[in-house]
Amino acid sequence: MLSWLFEDEWFPKFDWRWDYAWEILPRLLEATLNTLIAAAGGYAIALVLGLVFALAQRSQNKILTFVVREFVEFVRSTPLLLQIFFLFYVGPQFGITLSPWATGMIAIGLHYSCYLSEVYRGGLDSVPKGQWEAATALNMTTAQTYRRLIIPQAIPPAIPGMGNYLVGIFKDTPMLSVIGVAELIHTANAIGSETWRYLEAYTMVGLIFLALSLPAAALIRAFEGLVRRKLGM
Amino acid sequence: MEDMSGFPQEITGKDKPMVSFRKVRKAYGSLLVLDDLDLDVSAGEMVSIIGPSGSGKTTVLRMLMTLEEINGGAIYVDGKPLTHMIQGDKLVPASEKHLRNRRSDIGMCFQHFNLFPHMTAIQNCMEGPVQVLGLSKEEARDRGEELLELVGMADKRDQHPSRLSGGQQQRVAIARALAMRPKVMLFDEVTSALDPEVIGEVTNVIRKLVAEHNLTMLMVTHQMGFARDISDRVCFFYDGKIEEQGPPVELFGNPQRERTQQFLSAVKEAV
Repeated sequence: MLSWLFEDEWFPKFDWRWDYAWEILPRLLEATLNTLIAAAGGYAIALVLGLVFALAQRSQNKILTFVVREFVEFVRSTPLLLQIFFLFYVGPQFGITLSPWATGMIAIGLHYSCYLSEVYRGGLDSVPKGQWEAATALNMTTAQTYRRLIIPQAIPPAIPGMGNYLVGIFKDTPMLSVIGVAELIHTANAIGSETWRYLEAYTMVGLIFLALSLPAAALIRAFEGLVRRKLGM
Repeated sequence: MEDMSGFPQEITGKDKPMVSFRKVRKAYGSLLVLDDLDLDVSAGEMVSIIGPSGSGKTTVLRMLMTLEEINGGAIYVDGKPLTHMIQGDKLVPASEKHLRNRRSDIGMCFQHFNLFPHMTAIQNCMEGPVQVLGLSKEEARDRGEELLELVGMADKRDQHPSRLSGGQQQRVAIARALAMRPKVMLFDEVTSALDPEVIGEVTNVIRKLVAEHNLTMLMVTHQMGFARDISDRVCFFYDGKIEEQGPPVELFGNPQRERTQQFLSAVKEAV
């Protein structure tokens, strides 16, 4: 009945070839690994730097607080792609020459650290004032209080937000293709330009992203539960 | 800067007070909370602070714990200035370092316990001794277990606070404060957040401390019967001042001031 839809004149190029898909799969899987490495590297940087930014914004030092807050606002208000280009092409003029891989991870890490600092801030603010007072009554230093009491309690409520940005980073890794990091999109483009067949490569890239993103939410929820139980909360 | 020339750099003598408030003033903005407070507490003395809410009772303890800055006067602990330090031959406001040195003499229990929720009862008691006093984990665990035993919580040593009742949490909080071996213990309305049926288990612990330990204690409380039983002295606060003070028998049995009489009869009616 709907056979007219599938006639060649309507879809002249719709021509999925399994043998070809099978043939390019190893290259795409290798690129998947690269994507995961780039995402993990960027995320690791973002996790650490985000906490540093969040703590700096709570510091007593007004100048430090101001500088960090403005920097975070600046990074959050400009596109990631611009930051990648800037770091990669303008960086050398300031004597900073980095490989595409390093540039990519640093750019993504820096960008997302500014988002994560807000997530951390929410978590840090959620710890009741009484915890600080108890720490003072035990004569603990500010550093000890953060390390032993405040940060451990701030993490569980921050985990959902941290997880969202992990998925966000993962989906933003294709931006690194513009400076030549051989992640999924970059590899799919390369495959396409070799054979002029894009259908299989792009479809498979989409499915790979889907397969990795979908379970993430459930895993993050499970992880939050685990951390809460571990901390007895 | 405030002229501190009238204040001694050290209080000496055999009968020197463990805690001494001298002309202490505290204001929040234009609201004067404490007005030239003078209060001496001897070593080993148990002083209860009573009075209507907003009379500055809790502020007295919070200033002594250095949770609040004072706006005038000075506080001495064990003869040495707490809120000030000696620079040259002058008293100047204390630095954070000075406070860290001096507040180790003081421990405090709070109305809402403020236990660390991510730590078990014993870990709560070990945190200060390990992190601040530098005890080994074994020493701190021994000390913590001994104190949990004292407050009757030894069997719950591995429970997190969320698994404990209010009364049990408060007893762990008392053990946690004692683990730092303070000379002065502060109890800030420690039974106010508790269900009536568990108040006794906390007051019994404090009774035991009074009977068996030579601690100096200041207690803000709304439990008049308890204050009468265990205090050496009761201070009635009204409007930022000590309106009346004396041994519990006298203050409760024969209050001299009209405001004290009004307050005590109002409290009695509420019960």
